[in-house]
Amino acid sequence: MKKSIFLAIIAAGSAIFLNSCKKDVEGRTDDIPALNPANIDINAGIWKPILLTGPTEFPVPAPIAVNTPEYIAQINEIKSWQTDLTKEEKDLVKYWGAGAVLRWNEILRELVAKHNLPPYQNADGTYPFPNANNPLAYPQFPFANPPYAARAYAYVAASQYDALVAAWHYKKLYNRPAPYVTDPTVQVLIPRSALPSYPSEDAVVASASVEMLKLLFPGDQDYINQKFEEHKKARLIAGANVRSDLEAGEVLGKSVAQKFVTRARNDRAGAAIGNQTLWTQLENDAIARGEIPWYSLELPKRPPMLPLFGKVRAFLFDSLTAISLRPGPPPSTGSEQMRRETEEVYNYIKNPTRENTRIVHFWADGAGTYTPPGHWDAIAAEDFIKKNFSEVRWARNMALLNMTLMDAGIVCWDTKYFYFNPRPTQLNPSIKTLTGIPNFPAYISGHSTFSGAAARILGHIIPERANDYDAMAKEASLSRLVGGIHYKSDCEVGLIVGKNVGEYAVSRARTDGAE
Amino acid sequence: MNMRYKLFCIIILWMSIGRLHAQTDIDGIMMEKNALCVGPMANFSSWKNYWEGTLKRDNLNLGTVSTNTYSIMGNYGITRKLNILFNVPYVKTKASAGTLHSMKGIQDLSLFAKWRFLQKKKWGGKVSLYAIGGLSAPLSNYVADFLPLSIGLRSKTASLRIMGDYEKGKFFSTASATYTFRSNIEIDRTAYYTTEMHYTNKVAMPDGMNVNVRVGYRSFRLIAEAVFNNWTTLGGFDITRNNMPFPSNRMNASSLGINIKYTLPPLPQLSIVAGGNTTVAGRNVGQASNVYGSVFYVLNLSGKSKEKTAKN
Repeated sequence: MKKSIFLAIIAAGSAIFLNSCKKDVEGRTDDIPALNPANIDINAGIWKPILLTGPTEFPVPAPIAVNTPEYIAQINEIKSWQTDLTKEEKDLVKYWGAGAVLRWNEILRELVAKHNLPPYQNADGTYPFPNANNPLAYPQFPFANPPYAARAYAYVAASQYDALVAAWHYKKLYNRPAPYVTDPTVQVLIPRSALPSYPSEDAVVASASVEMLKLLFPGDQDYINQKFEEHKKARLIAGANVRSDLEAGEVLGKSVAQKFVTRARNDRAGAAIGNQTLWTQLENDAIARGEIPWYSLELPKRPPMLPLFGKVRAFLFDSLTAISLRPGPPPSTGSEQMRRETEEVYNYIKNPTRENTRIVHFWADGAGTYTPPGHWDAIAAEDFIKKNFSEVRWARNMALLNMTLMDAGIVCWDTKYFYFNPRPTQLNPSIKTLTGIPNFPAYISGHSTFSGAAARILGHIIPERANDYDAMAKEASLSRLVGGIHYKSDCEVGLIVGKNVGEYAVSRARTDGAE
Repeated sequence: MNMRYKLFCIIILWMSIGRLHAQTDIDGIMMEKNALCVGPMANFSSWKNYWEGTLKRDNLNLGTVSTNTYSIMGNYGITRKLNILFNVPYVKTKASAGTLHSMKGIQDLSLFAKWRFLQKKKWGGKVSLYAIGGLSAPLSNYVADFLPLSIGLRSKTASLRIMGDYEKGKFFSTASATYTFRSNIEIDRTAYYTTEMHYTNKVAMPDGMNVNVRVGYRSFRLIAEAVFNNWTTLGGFDITRNNMPFPSNRMNASSLGINIKYTLPPLPQLSIVAGGNTTVAGRNVGQASNVYGSVFYVLNLSGKSKEKTAKN
């Protein structure tokens, strides 16, 4: 049967064809080894905190002695967990064993991506705004756009760092060993560490994160609390912490984070949306300067994104410094240079190459994503994993990166609304874009500013990668030009401004006691 | 001769045209041994409304999304019971409003083997049963992750179809069910959110199921049929409110349409095909309407006499 043979060959061919490509999709950090720091940074208690006056601002009481019945009961709690571990429990240990700062950063990136969606318009063509007091009503709170996200990453990372500095102080002070040291019959499912276990660094990170996220993502409390409980459980069943380690860490993390919550409530971000009077004034001011003002290219026209975000209190410098970092003006909208730059954008997008499209999409980080700051967190995290940093150094580096990104966002937004410069497509509507046009003025490019800043501080943290980070930042910046989103001036000046912001983080890094 | 259009919208529901096979991988007609039928086809498709999940809406920042497809299709008879079919489309998409760039390029090569394994007289007519296997794969490095303007989804696919055809006099009905396996794809970004975060550039693509029913009139000169088609994605997720679509969305669509094929009296090797369809229900797809037209020519490659290539 010639035909049957033929069909059998087709069927076999199909099977091979499919087997070659049908696999479960695994994330890049799903299967990484447990964190096993090369250096436990035992003296990190003297590192310079960000908001805390010192590591003892929120005192941690002395732990119960390891020979008390209560402590022994806590050891037995671990043992009873360990007698019969399910696959899910082992998976929890593996997931959280990779690192507390890493996993909470990933969770935050996930929350940002989930919430980075512009609200749909009202029937009358106006737009609703999310309401923090009613976060689950549409449009859900928050709209985690790039400035919002940059600020969220910064607060979470900075609060984790301060809480860990305090934790390290008390770890060294009380020097209570891990349960598997006090009782060698306790199994340990993660790498052993010489780091004292009281208070638990994992509980500190988790608790600080949970407290910050209550403010930043109030509608996702169930999910966040589930992660919190899983994290603490993972530490117990791994034999890494007794319950009193976790409880002390939880109290400390929460107390420190509350200080950051208070700062966040008063950092002027809540007023960043502005109002119709301000939006009109921005437009009229640009006209009065003889420039074509920015207009929203969305239909219906959407109010500009967070026009007062440039007034938010930065972490690395004061408000006068923030203003001093604002670059000079873009080419006048009526100038020959602007005409040429607009034409340059048009020439890039007229017949985009596949490679340029790839670059645009790789760096787009638009609606529904973790935003450009989240992308730089992902880049950093994957490099930090290879470095085997201690949790406190992880937190310090993430805090430096994310404070830089937030402050870069502040300077960038200040610049955008100071000049209120139109997008290329506004000046030439035949410029079609390879990704969505963000709803705020062009000058200077946010991607370029974020990337220049991130590359500067990351190049300081991991010097052997500095050239790679610079190349990435340049590509991210270029992606906005070849994607039709920005003029060359926006990109070039953005990179420089970002780098200047990054210098403040580098200065801090050199003097925070960690180097 | 033997071809008609099929409106089997298999994967590219966002573009609304699907892989247009003017060829007959989904109808009850076979080419004669050594006969090759080839022809170009043009399809125009557009939609203004789409389903965001189950919510039907329009989008002022897209306006009307249109897709032009130009394909070369062919059907070769290895024997009169076993045919091989192919299709190569060039696709161009465009949005009438907003700022998003149009996309264009050569899309996926599709190949089908169509085997009529049973034919017998029954119920006063003729019953035929078919098994059809298909493969498809991208022919160019086009972008999948730019919906709704992507020209395709990039999955390699393998499909298996069982089809029955009943013919009585000049009237017929055909019904088929198809399972399509879809490979994972890679996109240009390194992380994406579905209902959870994925830190990878690989996207798991849910498989799909197709049901197709057609009834009509079939003679040597003229074929006219009405077609119902349903594509159901077996998995995937809904587009969230005011979000962009994504390749692994749960894309479902049901359409109704008509096809006409007419063979020219003076030139029986040549036939003209035209048709149209419209989407009547959907999920995470555009509510597309299509019109298409094609011309096919039959060549006899056996080197023998120009024998007839009449159906069956």
